[in-house]
Amino acid sequence: MTEFSVNDAELEKRFQDRVDDEQKIEPKDWMPEGYRKNLIRQISQHAHSEVIGMQPEGNWISRAPTLRRKMILLAKVQDEGGHGLYLYSAAETLGASREEMVEALHEGRAKYASIFNYPSLTWADIGTIGWLVDGAAIVNQISLQRTSYGPYSRAMIRICKEESFHQRQGYESLIALAHGSAEQKAMAQDALNRWWWPSLMMFGPHDAESAHSGQSMKWKIKRKSNDTLRQDFVDQTVPQADFLGLEIPDPDLKWNEERGHYDFGEIDWEEFQRVISGDGMCNRDRVATHKKAHDDGAWVRDALRAYEAKKANKSEAA
Amino acid sequence: MTTDQTALLQYALGEADDALILGQRLCEWCYHAPYLEEDLALANVSLDFLGRAQNFYQYAAQLDPQQRTADQLAMLRDSREFRNLLIVELPIGDFAFTMARQFLLDCFYVEFMTALQGSADPNMAGIAAKAIKESQYHLRRSHEWLLRLGDGTEESHRRMQIALDQIWGYTMEMFENSPAENELLAEGIAVDRSALKPAWDTRVNTALVEATLSRPEDGWSVRGGRDGIHTEHHGHLLSELQFLQRAYPGLEW
Repeated sequence: MTEFSVNDAELEKRFQDRVDDEQKIEPKDWMPEGYRKNLIRQISQHAHSEVIGMQPEGNWISRAPTLRRKMILLAKVQDEGGHGLYLYSAAETLGASREEMVEALHEGRAKYASIFNYPSLTWADIGTIGWLVDGAAIVNQISLQRTSYGPYSRAMIRICKEESFHQRQGYESLIALAHGSAEQKAMAQDALNRWWWPSLMMFGPHDAESAHSGQSMKWKIKRKSNDTLRQDFVDQTVPQADFLGLEIPDPDLKWNEERGHYDFGEIDWEEFQRVISGDGMCNRDRVATHKKAHDDGAWVRDALRAYEAKKANKSEAA
Repeated sequence: MTTDQTALLQYALGEADDALILGQRLCEWCYHAPYLEEDLALANVSLDFLGRAQNFYQYAAQLDPQQRTADQLAMLRDSREFRNLLIVELPIGDFAFTMARQFLLDCFYVEFMTALQGSADPNMAGIAAKAIKESQYHLRRSHEWLLRLGDGTEESHRRMQIALDQIWGYTMEMFENSPAENELLAEGIAVDRSALKPAWDTRVNTALVEATLSRPEDGWSVRGGRDGIHTEHHGHLLSELQFLQRAYPGLEW
């Protein structure tokens, strides 16, 4: 043991100085326990969102209308799974194991993006999810590219590139519907009506009511507030809806010349709470589906471990 | 249209249907695999077969006297017109069943695509040149899984052996030439499937021994796919695959 030691207050001050100086925190650096916990919560939640998000989109792979659309969708859902993997790895650098994180998801202790508790009902939902849900995710993730934790920041840089590709693909498939038959256009409008408000909810509660926001901003885990990000998303998305000739389901939506932003109506926070706390259409199914695949695969993972162990024994003996 | 062109259309369609139906089955694993890495790997294999299907359908579309597009060939024919082998349409079963089927098919495709690269038809040869690389990779993967499950735990060994026993009778059809293939054989366009059997047997037998699994008895076999006589599973698969094109005919997506 070294005689030299600094107290926690001093360590914490040095840590905050580094954060304030925009230096990245790396896995082996000292960090406050709260910082570590907060990050594990946020990154694992983000990873679970990618993985659970495979379900509503994957729901349409077998029914995609053309070979090209089927391949694009399957590749997209595969990418989301890949994002889940980078993010689980980023969380593992903080000492959380993937097994524990998955268990927390199954037991309801870990959350995922609540928007995936809504069902994907028509083909137009697939384009709309790409456009709005990936669009909202990008707005959030662009700001997270500057997050203070190195592995998370680097995962975000990589993920953002793929997400913008997905968003363009989603939008492009909506253009086909918006320029298609009356039925297709109605399908696209219906999807926008159902996904618009849940997309705005993705940014979380108003700043004043956001439980983790203050400390996260100080530690630069979060770089922009929920309301700022939500406004960015609305501002970028309204012209895109106009181009499609679709109407955003918000009578209060209008350009505010003075602010240089769109004004928009109030989110139904009761619905937000209701879905987050378990009464969305798909909450139970999403977790049950994930858990069933995991449980059904237990014998495969066991076989893999047993085989690797036998192989290791053989090469040791040889 | 010459007889040859009719036979060539049938040949390309058979290959396209095999690849599409297998790709469709494999993508059912998406978010149901034993762990996340395997979700991604199975999606890769599925994407390879869907891409292969698209290549063969595009060629078939060029040969089609009715001038149907690749998508119309995939999405607007009924079960009796599909020419895929029965083995690819069987439901995915458990992970052992999926990997057993994949291994037996991959062993076949490595031989078949190697031979098809030498086809006198440059389009078929070109598609095979891309497919062979994929199939070699698929075989490395499914071979590895055969070993892991065969020589893993008692449970995995039991499941893998059951899977092989259940599929075995569907493998014979892979080695039977259709009338179209027989016609194209003389011109060096089609691959003689029956000639691939010895090499397939060797690959499979070697791997089964290594995986501590028994080769099932050759006593039974089921056939019909190339004549459009399919299992009862086939229509249900098509009802999902073709849903949008059937429900909203004639639209662009």
